[in-house]
Amino acid sequence: MKKLRANGPAVMVFFGGIALWEIVVRAFSIQGFILPAPSAVVTALIQQRAALLQAGIGTFLTALGGLVLGAVLAVAAAMAAVRWAALRDASMTVAIAANSTPIIVLAPVANSWFGILSPWSGLTVVAVLVFFPIMINLVKGLLSVSATQLELMHSYGAPDGRILRSLRTPSALPFLFSALRVAAPLSLIGAIVKEYFGGSQERLGQFITSKASLFQFEEAWAAIVVASAVGILFYRVIAAAERRIIPWHASMRSG
Amino acid sequence: MSLDSSAAISLRDVSVTFAGGAGGNVEALQGIGLDIQPGEFISLIGPSGCGKSTLLRVVADLLQPTAGAVSLTGKTPQEARQDRDYGMVFQAATLLDWRKVLANIELPLEIMGLDNVERQAKANAMLELVQLSGFSDHYPWQLSGGMQQRVAIARALVFEPSILLMDEPFGALDEMTREHMQMEVLNIWRSTGTTVLFVTHSIPEAVFLSTRVVVMSARPGRITDVIDIDLEHPRRFETREDNRFFQLLTEVREALRRVESES
Repeated sequence: MKKLRANGPAVMVFFGGIALWEIVVRAFSIQGFILPAPSAVVTALIQQRAALLQAGIGTFLTALGGLVLGAVLAVAAAMAAVRWAALRDASMTVAIAANSTPIIVLAPVANSWFGILSPWSGLTVVAVLVFFPIMINLVKGLLSVSATQLELMHSYGAPDGRILRSLRTPSALPFLFSALRVAAPLSLIGAIVKEYFGGSQERLGQFITSKASLFQFEEAWAAIVVASAVGILFYRVIAAAERRIIPWHASMRSG
Repeated sequence: MSLDSSAAISLRDVSVTFAGGAGGNVEALQGIGLDIQPGEFISLIGPSGCGKSTLLRVVADLLQPTAGAVSLTGKTPQEARQDRDYGMVFQAATLLDWRKVLANIELPLEIMGLDNVERQAKANAMLELVQLSGFSDHYPWQLSGGMQQRVAIARALVFEPSILLMDEPFGALDEMTREHMQMEVLNIWRSTGTTVLFVTHSIPEAVFLSTRVVVMSARPGRITDVIDIDLEHPRRFETREDNRFFQLLTEVREALRRVESES
């Protein structure tokens, strides 16, 4: 009941918006290639459900695989950067510069490296895309321990490895999760944009471009809805993992 | 003069100079000499910037003195730190947010490599000593400031060190909690026989707790007075209303005033 009351306004705005959209499209007889009516999109969604499900899963797996790959590499790089101060200054400068470059321009390059149908081209684009935000946040997290916390560990004669395990890593976990919250939607963007540049037909990016080129905009929009649903699902999975893994963190305390 | 190897803590001509910026070098400590016998409760008091926390860190081997010699129970500070001869309590409780109360107390035992059963038994015993038995399963943020500091004290004592170093541990607590904590620390001190080196800027706190109060001056940090506190043990709540208590407060206050007027 409480939940319903809290979500009530959001649900009303959502369905109100859809209804308004439908009314506007009908009232002004807007052409389908500009903006199809929600009812037409839902119809396309139902008709194309098998193809869309397959494409959605395919794209999701590329995004997830690339995210995992990028995150593993980012964790290794961040640990190395924290362990060796000289490496940190050099690598952070490069990381920040690289993070300001639109890394998505790599998509056609990755296609030529690995071949247009190889799963590695998609995985590489996503991994490179998510690597920098995760690494930068993790380095910040690993260095976020206070001087007093370090003094405490030194007073026990704790070696560096123990400080990394018992102090730096747990301190960095909240930073890792906020990086993942950013990286999850980013990984989907990377996967779909890579698919725009070619590849299997059974992917959301290719589905959207091919339907749009055939003027089947209801179906293209249906794929957009699926992409959005996958994105929301992805975000929720990470938020749930966060609640399980760092229940002690301030952001997790119910008020 | 050489170090007193039978003392819990012995300091000879200890100086600490920080390489400064525009103002040149800062002499934080100058010619500190002090012997603390086992079982004593010593307070360091002085104006801010007198180097009392710096002195504590020199004893704890968290900071290297520029000159002079230090020993803890006859060992070098480094040996004493590695043998875990002292426990340390900071002004902030410095509990690890992701560990529940019991796991926080177990931390030093984990680093020492004790097994699970032994760790829990010792941590639970300490939790009882600081009267927090019902809170082993709480996260630090669920506790009040005073309770968090009690957990920090339990953590500092769980490996049974012979020396307890405390850096303004009650500085952030309200007056009532503070007086309660002072009584608790005295009880722990008497029941464990630990030597305590206690940094504070509160005159009543120093007088109430200590066997001796060491008065320091600032810039450079030096010891100017050592005042014996001859109040009877155990100290009670009424001790604070004793005439002798007030005389000693005045004595410490005047020693501090002399320090102020000098600088």
